[in-house]
Amino acid sequence: MLSSHSIDGIKKEIRSIASRLKKDIVIMEVCGTHTVSVRRAGIHSLLPPNIHLIAGPGCPVCVTPTGYIDNAINLVREDRAVVVTFGDMLKVPGSEGISLSRYTGSGSVRIVYSPLEILKIRETVTKPLVFLGIGFETTIPTIAATFLRAAEEKNKDIYLYTGFKTVPVALEALLGMPNSMIDAFLLPGHVSVIIGENPYRDVLEKEGGVPGVIAGFEPDDILIALLFILRQIREGTHKVENAYKRAVRAEGNSRARDVIYRLLEPADELWRGLGIIPGSGLKLRPQFSRLDAKYVFGFKEEYNYEPSGCLCAEVLQGKLSPLKCPLFGKTCTPEEPVGPCMVSSEGACAAYYRYGDIKV
Amino acid sequence: MKYIKLEHGSGGALSRQLTEEIIYPILKNNIYTELSDAAVIEANGKIAFTTDTYVVDPVFFPGGDIGKLAVCGTCNDLSVSGSKPQYLSLGLIIEEGFPIEQLIRILNSIRSTADSAGVNIITGDTKVVPSGKGGNIYINTSGIGIKEYSEIISASRIGVNDAVIISGPIGSHGIAIMASRESINIGSKIRSDVALLYPLCRSLFDLGSRLRFLRDTTRGGLAAILNEICSGNNFGLNIRESTIPVNEDVRAVSDILGLNPIEIANEGVLTLVTDPGSAQEVLDILHRHETGKEAAVIGNVTEAYPGRVILETLVGGKRILDYPRGLLLPRIC
Repeated sequence: MLSSHSIDGIKKEIRSIASRLKKDIVIMEVCGTHTVSVRRAGIHSLLPPNIHLIAGPGCPVCVTPTGYIDNAINLVREDRAVVVTFGDMLKVPGSEGISLSRYTGSGSVRIVYSPLEILKIRETVTKPLVFLGIGFETTIPTIAATFLRAAEEKNKDIYLYTGFKTVPVALEALLGMPNSMIDAFLLPGHVSVIIGENPYRDVLEKEGGVPGVIAGFEPDDILIALLFILRQIREGTHKVENAYKRAVRAEGNSRARDVIYRLLEPADELWRGLGIIPGSGLKLRPQFSRLDAKYVFGFKEEYNYEPSGCLCAEVLQGKLSPLKCPLFGKTCTPEEPVGPCMVSSEGACAAYYRYGDIKV
Repeated sequence: MKYIKLEHGSGGALSRQLTEEIIYPILKNNIYTELSDAAVIEANGKIAFTTDTYVVDPVFFPGGDIGKLAVCGTCNDLSVSGSKPQYLSLGLIIEEGFPIEQLIRILNSIRSTADSAGVNIITGDTKVVPSGKGGNIYINTSGIGIKEYSEIISASRIGVNDAVIISGPIGSHGIAIMASRESINIGSKIRSDVALLYPLCRSLFDLGSRLRFLRDTTRGGLAAILNEICSGNNFGLNIRESTIPVNEDVRAVSDILGLNPIEIANEGVLTLVTDPGSAQEVLDILHRHETGKEAAVIGNVTEAYPGRVILETLVGGKRILDYPRGLLLPRIC
């Protein structure tokens, strides 16, 4: 981390620019890990009153539609397959209020840390295996590599349920929403390791764009990125800048992208909170349709269902602070979550709840 | 005898043999002189009595083992209650098939730790559970201590501006266990901090009422203890993250495992609150001990935010430090 002297310098310049701007600036941290880091380090508490950080849709579990979760639950309930998933998905309630965690004791829901584990599970389980493929560009490459391998070995009875989301298209959708208040984006570091800088340029550097700065996840990484954003706002520019060069190369990781696009191709995708965003998802290419759980199991079309009073949709659009949701901290807590933003450790509501809201 | 059999816990000949040939010779002392049903001791004045059960996995870990932990943990609970540990009971629940050579190592560790603590094991029990129905070995120790510190240790004695002090670097025990469980080899230098805290506590008792509060910083880590200190009270705590001692390698492995040292269990760290004027004197006292040489003032008691712990982070931001949530690390002690 930077010395406290350097950090003080950054904070001073942030304050100085902010005081001259004389207007409110809304910066969205797109990635859930950034939201957690901001709240955990209390960065929001350090910012001048006219600089507002808002959480975005970058928590994979939070933007997964209710219909997707229902389809996964039904697979288990109807005993048609064993569902293999990352642990974060377990606790998100479907439209009937129950979640996959109810079935973990039955052996029909398996939690993995790496998608490759599905090949090991295959050796001991006879039922069809369905992997819940959710996440952004960060997690997709290893899942894609696993299924490219499964495709080579025939009759594995392993299927992929695609619910993948891609970030740059979603940024465009967020900016295009009516009453969008977003003045700039803090861009996700891990996603950028894969996609590099260019996909953001197409969205943010054209007319109507806003500044976007790629940031790492340490508190000082985030402070520097915020300073870069404010400098751009002062200059009146909207460029993509990389403040995480130690991990993110301008061109990204082309090998990882090759793996993704050998298996998958762009598709329209339903997001929780944001609705259908054309081209923001990834589906299996036609030659891999025999691995496609949607096709093999004939899932119902996905939909969104918001529990009564839950305002996760507005939170995911950056239109509402979790603190303003009437359920927050009352009937909705990490122990008894109502909406997905309180379930996931990367969810905005969970982060706000856990770290509180203090002004320095 | 190479492995524990179910018959070792049945009360018959093998039970007797295990006790007489293995356990008793290692643990015997002036009071535990014969295998009777109960130990008889003299007690004058106030005594402290506590119990704790140890299920740590793995049984042997860098810096200690379940036996050392079972003696230190219970002695420490007595010590932070203002008492000098005197007697321990020892309940062993052993899984069928557990190597007797390992049992002997654990018993020797119990004996040597008890000798360092000046306590005697005066009664005990052994049960065996079928293979697959237990986790190698579980240990329960109950302890009796003689009350030495006359003040009552309670958060109700804490006042605004009092100093919050920690006796040493945090997170070593939990991270040593996790690193050995996850086979993170870079963590091999991280050793559990498991240690007897009585010598530290004893040197603080002379402070009298200037010592307000004293706790062993175990499960839930520093985060849980700090919250216990202020929750439900009309004061809050201001804690400065930059002043909390954490070893560099503990911090690095915590990052890899996605854990925060502030929420990790310790087995040799005191958290205490003193009156503000005595903070330096307390640090001087603690620094004289090996286990206290990195003791530091980490914050103070405040009127603001009653019932809450406010953490000033490394970059100068402020946030609430809550009780750790969710499933904490299982079988850490």
